[in-house]
Amino acid sequence: MDFFDPHIHVASRTTDDLALMAKMGCVVVGEPAFWMGYDRGGVNSFHDYFRQLTEWEPKRCAAAGIEHYAWMGLNAKEAENVGFAREVIAELPAFLERPNVLGVGEIGLHKCTRNEVTTLLGLIDAALASSQMMLFHTPHLEDKYKGTRMILDVLADDRRVDPARVCIDHCEEHTIRLALESGYWAGVTLYPTTKATPERTADMVEMYGPERLLVNSSADWGPSNPLAVPEFIATMRRRGHPDSLIRRLVYENPLAWFRQSEHFRFAPARAT
Amino acid sequence: MANAATSGVLDREFLPLRARLIDLAAALDRIDRASGLPAADPRREQIAHGLAVLNSPEPNRAEAVLAAFSLPYDPEWRAKTPRG
Repeated sequence: MDFFDPHIHVASRTTDDLALMAKMGCVVVGEPAFWMGYDRGGVNSFHDYFRQLTEWEPKRCAAAGIEHYAWMGLNAKEAENVGFAREVIAELPAFLERPNVLGVGEIGLHKCTRNEVTTLLGLIDAALASSQMMLFHTPHLEDKYKGTRMILDVLADDRRVDPARVCIDHCEEHTIRLALESGYWAGVTLYPTTKATPERTADMVEMYGPERLLVNSSADWGPSNPLAVPEFIATMRRRGHPDSLIRRLVYENPLAWFRQSEHFRFAPARAT
Repeated sequence: MANAATSGVLDREFLPLRARLIDLAAALDRIDRASGLPAADPRREQIAHGLAVLNSPEPNRAEAVLAAFSLPYDPEWRAKTPRG
């Protein structure tokens, strides 16, 4: 079955991973800017990273037969220094015009501090100033519920926000209802230890239905699996769900989500 | 949306659940055997709360376990979040 991985950090994965993903049916990936495992030393490091996501990674994916799209942003783990964050945000407009960029992401909160919120407000303003879609990272572990509620509060405060153009990512059982009931897209990340397993994700599909639900690997430099979406497909099939429902979750939903960007140009090349 | 294979859920889940319960029991035994752990570690309370949720007849246990391991949300956070 053809599938999208709407959230994966290709810059942290090998070319062999991309070849395997393509063999399993991956046709499109979305790569948000994120924390590369260390705090960057200057704005130029971000500039080079944004170039990597808009110049080099699309070529590497194309060589495997996968279309690559990117999101530009500053992860909350590097948002505490508000002055530095402001300099990074100033870099965004030029990159948002690049042909493979879908919007601003992944942005959000990490430890839910005042400075993180200040930086987040700047990022949201930069996104809305040019009518960009937004992809939100929600915090890890014990901070997720509180941080998700705070992100939703910030979004609710801004009348410019169109929920249909916002995805609240890394949802779990205690946050997915909050995102969906507010009209946002909800992303579920398949991770081996934290976030959600394929089984729990199938549970959430059974409880909430497929509307505005996205499933991703968020595979990066940590414990994660670039073939997590195919694992989810197999789990859904084992449970007896029809391919029409599975295809909606791993192909039609992300297609509808990405298509809201004028930069998205993917045209299905073959029937599945 | 109903589970498409409702009649087979217990068949499908029984052995994996048994294995996870044994893993869970073994991890708790391991913690008990370890020396020098502080008795008042708040994580022990979280674990105890999570185990109580598992044994509860209430639905949505996964959500309740996640809640047991979550920091509280304060709707007045805007006024109370300290400046960095």
